[in-house]
Amino acid sequence: MKGNEALAEAAILAGCDGYFGYPITPQSEIMEYLMAEQPMHRTGMVVLQAESEIASINMVYGGAGAGKRVMTSSSSPGISLMQEGISYLAGAELPCVIVNVVRGGPGLGTIQPAQSDYFQSVKGGGHGDYKMITLAPFSVQEMADFVALGFDLAFKYRIPVMILSDGAIGQMMEKVVLPVQRPRWTEQEIREMSPWATVGRTKDRHNNIITSLNLKSDVQEEHNRQLQAKYKTIIENEVRYEESYCEDAEVILIAYGTSARICQKAVDIARHQGIKLGLLRPISLFPFPEAALIKYAEKVKGFLSVEMSAGQMVEDIRLVVEGKTKVAHYGRMGGIVPTTDEIIENVKNLIN
Amino acid sequence: MTEEIIIAGFGGQGVLSMGKILAYSGIMQDLEVSWMPSYGPEMRGGTANVTVILSNERISSPILSQFDTAIILNQQSMDKFEETVKPGGILIYDSNGITHHPTRKDIQIFRIDANDEAGKLGLKKVFNMIVLGGFLKIKPIVNLDNIHKGLEKSLPARYHHLIAENEKAITRGMEIIYQVDPA
Amino acid sequence: MSFETHKFNSHIAVPENLVYAKTPLMNDKPLSYCPGCGHGTIHRLIMETVEELDILEDTIGIAPVGCSVLAYEFMGTDVQQAAHGRACALATGISRLYPDKYVFTYQGDGDLAAIGTAETIHACNRGENIVIIFVNNGIYGMTGGQMAPTTLPGMKTSTSPFGREQKDAGYPLKMTELVAHLPGTYYVTRQSVHTPVNVRKAKKAIKKAFELTRHKKGVSFVELVSNCNSGWKMTPVDANKWMEENMFPFYPLGDIKVPSK
Repeated sequence: MKGNEALAEAAILAGCDGYFGYPITPQSEIMEYLMAEQPMHRTGMVVLQAESEIASINMVYGGAGAGKRVMTSSSSPGISLMQEGISYLAGAELPCVIVNVVRGGPGLGTIQPAQSDYFQSVKGGGHGDYKMITLAPFSVQEMADFVALGFDLAFKYRIPVMILSDGAIGQMMEKVVLPVQRPRWTEQEIREMSPWATVGRTKDRHNNIITSLNLKSDVQEEHNRQLQAKYKTIIENEVRYEESYCEDAEVILIAYGTSARICQKAVDIARHQGIKLGLLRPISLFPFPEAALIKYAEKVKGFLSVEMSAGQMVEDIRLVVEGKTKVAHYGRMGGIVPTTDEIIENVKNLIN
Repeated sequence: MTEEIIIAGFGGQGVLSMGKILAYSGIMQDLEVSWMPSYGPEMRGGTANVTVILSNERISSPILSQFDTAIILNQQSMDKFEETVKPGGILIYDSNGITHHPTRKDIQIFRIDANDEAGKLGLKKVFNMIVLGGFLKIKPIVNLDNIHKGLEKSLPARYHHLIAENEKAITRGMEIIYQVDPA
Repeated sequence: MSFETHKFNSHIAVPENLVYAKTPLMNDKPLSYCPGCGHGTIHRLIMETVEELDILEDTIGIAPVGCSVLAYEFMGTDVQQAAHGRACALATGISRLYPDKYVFTYQGDGDLAAIGTAETIHACNRGENIVIIFVNNGIYGMTGGQMAPTTLPGMKTSTSPFGREQKDAGYPLKMTELVAHLPGTYYVTRQSVHTPVNVRKAKKAIKKAFELTRHKKGVSFVELVSNCNSGWKMTPVDANKWMEENMFPFYPLGDIKVPSK
């Protein structure tokens, strides 16, 4: 299955209640797959093509505010359009899954894969102090696995979760083991699990309100403090990463998504050449695997951040490492992916 | 065993579907596979290419700059991919529309006149299967039973009556491929 | 409240004297609207409807950005507050996921007819099974009296200080007539709440809209032409008079699209 199709099927299997989206390359297969699959007949899942990404994210807001498992997907320019809605979702603390199959920018850019939306995903993107949990799949299998994981985290913390993929992972085909079907929640279950949701007021409670508005500054500051406390809990509990050949490494590559796949191969080749190269792959970009980086910062000659961008994640690595070791960046842009030769060349430069 | 293949030609020649059938057949043979297309407007009449990797180990990068085998079906792809074949690797091409034949001396070059053959058979649509047959003759990494299963898996059920024709084309491809010297 | 007044009130407030009671679904909070504004009355009509149809457990409202951004403080139903203009998208999401619920949006002219035009038109065109309450006062009240898409020609606002000029600012947008042309709308009407007679008619229209939702008829669209005495810089009484003389000729009251029997 293609990465995009695996993600779409996984959405049905995750017991997702609704998908709202607008077509854009390179992720249109997600909605195309869902429309062809007619999940209404399988699980009762709603699939709707909205009039814009702005409408899509606000349909998600409506559904999420009513306690449903809802999601949308798009690619970079469309995700930019959604930023207002994402800020509102974060402010109103609503759970949902947003998929970004990243293409090169800025502007209309290119339809080829890129990783230049890192900042937008992990630093906020819309207005205000907020974070999204950001998961970066690097295989078709993870495209499938991260949908249910995304919903679990979204509801655990009442937070939007972004699956930050890219055109290459979305378009490629690999073997995939699909998860088992989860049931969709009944209205009664939603009322019990999400007592905050606007499902309709019952006599035993006051009216539920979903809003991000606090006109009083002190109330708004307190709301912000609570959000920050939640993000801290997430940092403490939800860091995900994978490391290979790091224990004895002289240089460690830091890469996620498609770049991490290429780096795996670079590590294989380098080890054959006798270069002690390792790979640390952040799976969650927020929260960022800070402790793992700090652990290795004192042991290695340097970190090389490999990204399909001008250098975004590298800024976070530098913040964490605080000068304890050299931190270099190698990136390609505009839809071009780095090659193993280029990566190894940069590793050699770092060692010397 | 790891086989890293690029298949490149015009959109509409069945490049992507040939790769897909090969990848599905690999799955039937319990191999790890990846299928990575170049995507986008290129698919509509321009050049199209797909990287297929078959391996009995975990596959790392699905995107490659060097290949064990290049299957080349037009001149633009020849210009782009001849130099990406690893030394000692294999280049398979259809001479139809080729003005500059491959010149490398450190690889093995095979020619398959699949376009002409498909014309003779009156089966233009199985052109890509003739090419696949040629490849499998040189690199029998997937057996024909699994190719059959791969065809079943990758073709929608309404086309399953065409599988026999596809298999005939594969057999024919195996017969007509031949090695050539560099130009 | 002094002890004497309290005693006086309790003396009057006996069952046989009761002609009108507070709508229970209106929360016990002083309204933040200007005296003479129509919002409070319209809120009450919606809440009365929800009570009379006994649909509280299945009703979800959407509050917009605008004067009624705090509508959820006053209405006793579950309410979601939307980003500016997106109420119809939220309503679509909820209504699709809960097809048996009553979902209503409550939007002003800036929200529905300017920034949210696309969401409004497309929700109407898809025939979402929702009620759209559109309060049109021809001005942006909350932000201090700027020009709205529905501001009348020649009408002075803080961003059209010499009066709205069509050649610069275009024509007032008749959204209600516009959506009536779409097959997805089932019931489209324009009412007001500036006299008791009009309040009764408006109530009937709102109740009808919710009843049609029960029968899954698609969009019911109720425009309420209202005054904005502070924005218009008039006394409430003058504002109502001005509305009758100027707004109603341009935005005539009455049903625009009625269900065929």
